[in-house]
Amino acid sequence: MSNDATLHSHQQELTHGAVAHDDHGNGHEHHHEDSFISKYVFSMDHKMIAKQFLITGIIWAIIGAGFSVIFRLQLAFPDTAFPWLETILGHWAKGGRITPEAYYALVTMHGTILVFFVLTAGLSGTFSNLLIPLQVGARDMASPFMNMLSYWFFFLASMVMMASLFVQTGPASGGWTAYPPLSALGDASIGSRIGMDLWLTSMALFVVSQLLGGLNYISTILNMRTKGMSMTRMPLPIWSFFFTAVLGVLSFPVLLSGFILLLFDRHAGTSFYLSELFVAGKALSNEGGSAILYQHLFWFLGHPEVYIIILPAMGMVSEVLAVNSRKPIFGYLAMVGSLFAIAILAFLVWAHHMFVTGLNPFLGAFFVLLTLLIAVPSAIKVFNWITTIWKGNIRFTPGALFSIGFVSTFISGGLTGIWLGNSSIDIHLHDTYFVIAHFHIVMGVSAFFGMFAGIYHWFPKMYSRYMNNTLGYIHFWITLVGAYCIFWPMHYEGMAGMPRRYYDYSSWESFKQFVELNKFISIVVVAVFATQLLFVFNFFYSIFKGRKLTTTNPWNATTLEWTTPIHPGHGNWPGEIPEVHRWPYDYSKDGKDFIPQTVPVSPDESKH
Amino acid sequence: MSGFLAVLVVVLIFVVIFQIAKASEYVSILKGEKKARQQNNRINGFLLIAFLVLGLIGVYYCNELLKGKILGEPASEQGESIDNMIMWTLVITGVVFVITQILLFWFAFKYQEREGQKAFYFPHNNKLEVIWTVIPAIALTILVAIGLRHWFRITSEAPKDAMIVEITGKQFNWLIRYPGKDGKLGSKYYKNINDATNPVGQDWDDNLNRDDFMATEMHMVVGKPVKLIIGSRDVVHDVGLPHFRMKMDAVPGIPTTMWVTPKFTTAQMKEKTGNPDFVYEISCDQMCGSGHYSMRAIIVVETQEEFDAWTAKQKSQYELAHAAEAPAAPEQEKPAADSTQKAVAANIQ
Repeated sequence: MSNDATLHSHQQELTHGAVAHDDHGNGHEHHHEDSFISKYVFSMDHKMIAKQFLITGIIWAIIGAGFSVIFRLQLAFPDTAFPWLETILGHWAKGGRITPEAYYALVTMHGTILVFFVLTAGLSGTFSNLLIPLQVGARDMASPFMNMLSYWFFFLASMVMMASLFVQTGPASGGWTAYPPLSALGDASIGSRIGMDLWLTSMALFVVSQLLGGLNYISTILNMRTKGMSMTRMPLPIWSFFFTAVLGVLSFPVLLSGFILLLFDRHAGTSFYLSELFVAGKALSNEGGSAILYQHLFWFLGHPEVYIIILPAMGMVSEVLAVNSRKPIFGYLAMVGSLFAIAILAFLVWAHHMFVTGLNPFLGAFFVLLTLLIAVPSAIKVFNWITTIWKGNIRFTPGALFSIGFVSTFISGGLTGIWLGNSSIDIHLHDTYFVIAHFHIVMGVSAFFGMFAGIYHWFPKMYSRYMNNTLGYIHFWITLVGAYCIFWPMHYEGMAGMPRRYYDYSSWESFKQFVELNKFISIVVVAVFATQLLFVFNFFYSIFKGRKLTTTNPWNATTLEWTTPIHPGHGNWPGEIPEVHRWPYDYSKDGKDFIPQTVPVSPDESKH
Repeated sequence: MSGFLAVLVVVLIFVVIFQIAKASEYVSILKGEKKARQQNNRINGFLLIAFLVLGLIGVYYCNELLKGKILGEPASEQGESIDNMIMWTLVITGVVFVITQILLFWFAFKYQEREGQKAFYFPHNNKLEVIWTVIPAIALTILVAIGLRHWFRITSEAPKDAMIVEITGKQFNWLIRYPGKDGKLGSKYYKNINDATNPVGQDWDDNLNRDDFMATEMHMVVGKPVKLIIGSRDVVHDVGLPHFRMKMDAVPGIPTTMWVTPKFTTAQMKEKTGNPDFVYEISCDQMCGSGHYSMRAIIVVETQEEFDAWTAKQKSQYELAHAAEAPAAPEQEKPAADSTQKAVAANIQ
């Protein structure tokens, strides 16, 4: 869709609500009748693509979280049989107890699905697509066609991954990190047979999807901002999507190269990662490879990946907190600067995942320093969020509550990063439940909270209806309390050295004291999972039956997406694209509740 | 049947919650948006402050409940360093945790929307921002400094008199080799591996291998540094020593090392922990396949006398391997490489 309308958009000043009368958004000149296929399936409208990413992400989230419920049952009740498990999993759960192979497959798929398909595609895919054109004032992405391809490559990746769940030897089961030689040798693990090839294929398609999306996000943000929308007038979500896309574009190709080498090792007889192996009763011919090389390539994406997950959540939380506190975000430039600092540092810390691989300790020291350095921009962000709500006038919408929850879990999980980033603590806690607790709180729960905040906040923009508030509150409170009940005690298990990815702890003198605790955690997991289903129900129910939006700007927000009609068509604004005259955080300025970005600065206005 | 009932109950609960939620939406429309919002604000504001108070109590209670279940005193000298580092970090992060969580929830509660209350337009303040950039930077510098001092001490070269033990991971157990009387490990090459007679692939032409013996448990002498030479036969494993607070990956083709000085004998630990079944365990800490969770070995820490008595009883692998065969040593191909020597020469740590 052409963006040429921006060229002459300066003639018209659209103020808030001026376009509200055009409910169906048919005013766009190039509008043509969409068929079902071009509107809902192969859509090139960024808003529809966002919904496709979101709904695909939700489906994956249910599957991925459902897997965690099954393996938590094993951890809680290692001696109990659940016949229904055999019904759904067949020989993977003979007699109602999942096999170790099934356990490891579930653990691996849980990680892969949640990290890549839900929190990368489902989170940044959804909101980058939805918000970038709407908040920078563009009719669509720089290349709507590439954007569509981005979703469909993700869809293909999803299909291949889904297929891998049904092959006879099972899906990949070497952990979401897929370290060789385990992931390279079918004789070392049945999950490393066809399941691993499908995993690698799926991930390669996923990388293509990310690159297509990421390049689009970057070019849209850099080139297609409406008149007056200078970089420093962009809302913080846009900044966070920008840095996220840059991270992805620079690091996903490295992951792909690592995967390609792994494929060569698997099928072409090369020895990039393989050396001196004796597997299944015979010595292999590979010599001279380095299993550690893969870990470097993997974590060169793997660490930026966690920021790819958390940065969009940070950006959206900043926005939602400011809107609902009726206050500007505190320290806008510091927020942008700290996003930038995090994005740079994200590339310089990957080896902190490898302190105990035999890495040269001198080299390790630099990674300690750089890793702990990340705590500085993170601390700035936390203090700025807290100052944003200080002396505010806060409305506890579900979006606002999830944002507050985000800050809380980001603090809790971020602080344990200071433990693990220090190699002399990591040497004890590495690969224990402490790590599980740390990253689930900081990039699992926090990122989900950011995503929920985004969904509740922008749902009216997506579907022109509200979600049910009461269900939102129930969802928030059970999830917040439940998340802490699940992950907080895991720190203690980790302090006891309890390793992650164990199928059964009962034969271990050092770890079997946590049987009762594991039961408690798993029961909470089931309750929290059920609550998420409540959210999913609320989401789909509200699409069709939710309370209808009657105003274009339900939260009284300043940003451009709320100047579009209630039902924005393809092209977003029926007339000219509005011009921007100010930054997006003029809340409670000069006694006015809010001043939209489209309002010109009046001469008697105070400066900030 | 009971499964069906359980599903039914869950669905029923869902329906009830949903009906309540729907009803409350109608009520809020009747009451007017503003009034409904005020009421929601009051309830959620209260819940936020309640969550803060109960949450902090919960943190304390969780600690009371679980502090006895973690490992207690570190059983190695290196572990003392690590626990010291944990203490420093715990104090600093603990203070920050409590302060920031209190501020967050208290502000949220205090500044909830009220009739007539105006938000304070406060877009930035350079002084504040400099303060909370500099203070974390200083705190982290301190942590990095202490951490790296410990790190370099822990990963330093093992003392000259350290006992050498080789540990090799395979799916799914540990192979432990002692250098025997000469104190030197013989060379090995993976193509010599034979599960029946030569599990790590010792080169029988190397005389250093004559007295090397394999053990099913790892024995250490209390107070005496032990240098582990760590390797793997198949996939990446990890030698995890939770009581010693140490860990090192076992990587095929790339030998690694780690050294520890055990402080207490197994018998002393039985007393200290009050657990008559106490044993030092080696856990595999790197996902290595379907038997990962069962990859366990035991360390016995004992006095020098006990250790000497145990050593005297061990038969060298060479003897075991050649007892079955004819006395004529098999003429084997000269190995192309020698990974033990590589370990010692490269001496990664």
